[in-house]
Amino acid sequence: MADTDLVIGRVEELLRDHPPATTARRDFLGAQFEAGLAWVHFPEGLGGLGVAPQLQREVVLRLAEAGAPDGAGTNRLGYAMGAPTVVAWGDRAQQERYLRPLFVGDERWCQLFSEPGAGSDLAGLTTRAVRDGDDWIVNGQKVWSSMATISDIGMLIVRTDPDLPKHQGLTYFLLDMRAPGVEVRPLRQMTGEAEFNEVYLTDVRVPDPARIGAPGAGWKVAMTTLMEERVLFNRERDEKGPTDIALELYRRRERDAGQRTRMIELWIRGRVQRLNTVRAAANRTDGIPGPEGSIGKLVYAELNQDALELCLDLLGDESLLYDSYEPVAYTEESLRRSGEADLRRRFLRSRAQTIEGGTSEIMRTILADRVLGLPPEPRGDKHLPFSQIPRG
Amino acid sequence: MSSSDAREDLRREVRRFLERRSTEADVRRLMADPEGYDREVWTVMAGQLGLQGMALPEAHGGAGFGYEELCVVFEEMGRALLPSPFLATIALAANVLLESGDPAACERYLPAIASGELVATLALGEEEGGWDDTAVRMRAEPDGTGWTLTGVKRFVPAAHVANLLLVVAHTADGLSLFAVEPPAEGCTVEVELTLDLTRPLSLVTLDRAPAVLVGRSGQAWDGVRRALRFAAVALAAEQVGGAQRVLEMTVDYAKVRHQFGRPIGSFQAVKHKLADMLVAIESARSAAQDAARAVAQGDPEVELAASVAKAVCSDTFTRAAATAIQLHGGIGFTWEHPAQLYFKRARSSEFLLGTPGHHRDLVGRSIGV
Repeated sequence: MADTDLVIGRVEELLRDHPPATTARRDFLGAQFEAGLAWVHFPEGLGGLGVAPQLQREVVLRLAEAGAPDGAGTNRLGYAMGAPTVVAWGDRAQQERYLRPLFVGDERWCQLFSEPGAGSDLAGLTTRAVRDGDDWIVNGQKVWSSMATISDIGMLIVRTDPDLPKHQGLTYFLLDMRAPGVEVRPLRQMTGEAEFNEVYLTDVRVPDPARIGAPGAGWKVAMTTLMEERVLFNRERDEKGPTDIALELYRRRERDAGQRTRMIELWIRGRVQRLNTVRAAANRTDGIPGPEGSIGKLVYAELNQDALELCLDLLGDESLLYDSYEPVAYTEESLRRSGEADLRRRFLRSRAQTIEGGTSEIMRTILADRVLGLPPEPRGDKHLPFSQIPRG
Repeated sequence: MSSSDAREDLRREVRRFLERRSTEADVRRLMADPEGYDREVWTVMAGQLGLQGMALPEAHGGAGFGYEELCVVFEEMGRALLPSPFLATIALAANVLLESGDPAACERYLPAIASGELVATLALGEEEGGWDDTAVRMRAEPDGTGWTLTGVKRFVPAAHVANLLLVVAHTADGLSLFAVEPPAEGCTVEVELTLDLTRPLSLVTLDRAPAVLVGRSGQAWDGVRRALRFAAVALAAEQVGGAQRVLEMTVDYAKVRHQFGRPIGSFQAVKHKLADMLVAIESARSAAQDAARAVAQGDPEVELAASVAKAVCSDTFTRAAATAIQLHGGIGFTWEHPAQLYFKRARSSEFLLGTPGHHRDLVGRSIGV
């Protein structure tokens, strides 16, 4: 209770001293950071107050009501995944270097994890970093990096020692996306737009102070980022969900008995998914979500696909058409409006939801191994030096 | 202490008790017992543990705890597969009385329920079964100052051991509620052979049986319907407990059962089935807990929450129990293995208090679909 009062008091103070109507966006976010209201569960001095993460909701609701700018919206990956990783694994100098610019919008973040040859088997990545004095020289290719064209910092995981087993030879860096040798190429997807990118890294020089965690500790650091990512995919959003849209369409259009059954079932699944999210948030005691975060990710992805299928069925013959296949690159504007996209576009986009951030198959394996404690599947690659694992 | 800590303490206490007093051997012994429950366990539950009176109002001899606490108890009973008239007495009869708007009937029966002296149940469906107002054809006849009932009620849980039957029948005014107190003249109760031997259901034949009106003539259905929804919430909690137990049982088995030189739980085909079971059970738990909260808080959407919970928890328990049999292989199909007991309980619970299809239809009506 005392913590709730502390948080509410700070919010009121912030709004009184920096009225959103007359304060510039960046100044307001700066003041919010200083007040410990950026991530309330972070330590004091680093944008937080060291209180329970659930209390962030109080902040978000009150600030939205007061018309304050939203620091998270256009920098989702940095806000939800980057910052917790830096708090968990960065040293004090790194925390002071990265958190404030991230929150006030000076630096946008993207993720450089997947590679053409390392999707579900992320630890099989081959992008290399070699030590060179106070720097590291990075060579390789990353893929599925959303927002890379408009980002300043890349969360990068690379191989620094190929003679160790695959999970042990990895290291985590925060890459300056403007550094020479970083080339970002938009990757067109089945919706027609280029939401993701390929990132080619050629002799990119990364200073050692941009390394997060010890050399060889990259897998553990990356796990923090990935756990946060799974929760991110399941977070409550402001925009109308596909289940709500399906219900509106259902009430407006002609429909048959089969569609009634599907509509009710979807509505129930949507309600239960929201209840799951609320319960998981209430049970989250410390900062970093556990493997049970995979439940929400899995349920949300499959629910959205089914809901959008019903939406298109309810649209009828209109679903034979499409709004535009013009290749559109991702911008800050398009990012803000992604929730309003055409239903047919969202339907196509939803096919990615059971793939991105860990496929549904990988989610099920994580739940089985890490939550239920089932024995792992025997595998030939885990203990071999990475350089001796057959690839191709 | 926070309310969730208090609930966990209660859960531990009830689980410890049931692990001692409702072992698989006890369950099987009671499946063959004509009464179908252990009177001594019932007495300890009412006395030492105070479970019967837990959620009843203090004015009627109860302890005045909330419905969420009561649902923790149901979850543990489902886990232990406890054969008991607890669901019939507490979830059905006590709720029907509380919703009847008849203080005299509450005063007469609830303290005896709280103390464990009285086993009671609701008699609703007839030859064709069913759990809504269309299931009732029986007519009550005025008889001097009272009434008599004639006809047949079926699928009545715990009727063979109950000393109070709350019977729904028509009067000229509409659906009404009556109390019949067996053993009574013109009232015979026959236990039918049930798919689920842990929950006996009876055929009740009434032949000019004397009955006392509870509440007002023709005004019963609103209260009975609400009580049925509250009972469905308790049953949903019971289903979550049963589903959780079969998941644990199956995970344990998948860790030790070896085929092809490795534990079967290391095969992805097995892992993913169990992961799906986990996801479904966690979702069912969210739905059940939300419905219990809705009852406790008097949420205006409580009936919707109850129907969501009953639909989701029914499907989840049945699928979980079926998967448990599948993953146990041949041993899971044997009489000796407990998987079949949970499967039969799951399948029967699906029907009791309304099928998932019935509750989905109610959800549809309530959201305008």
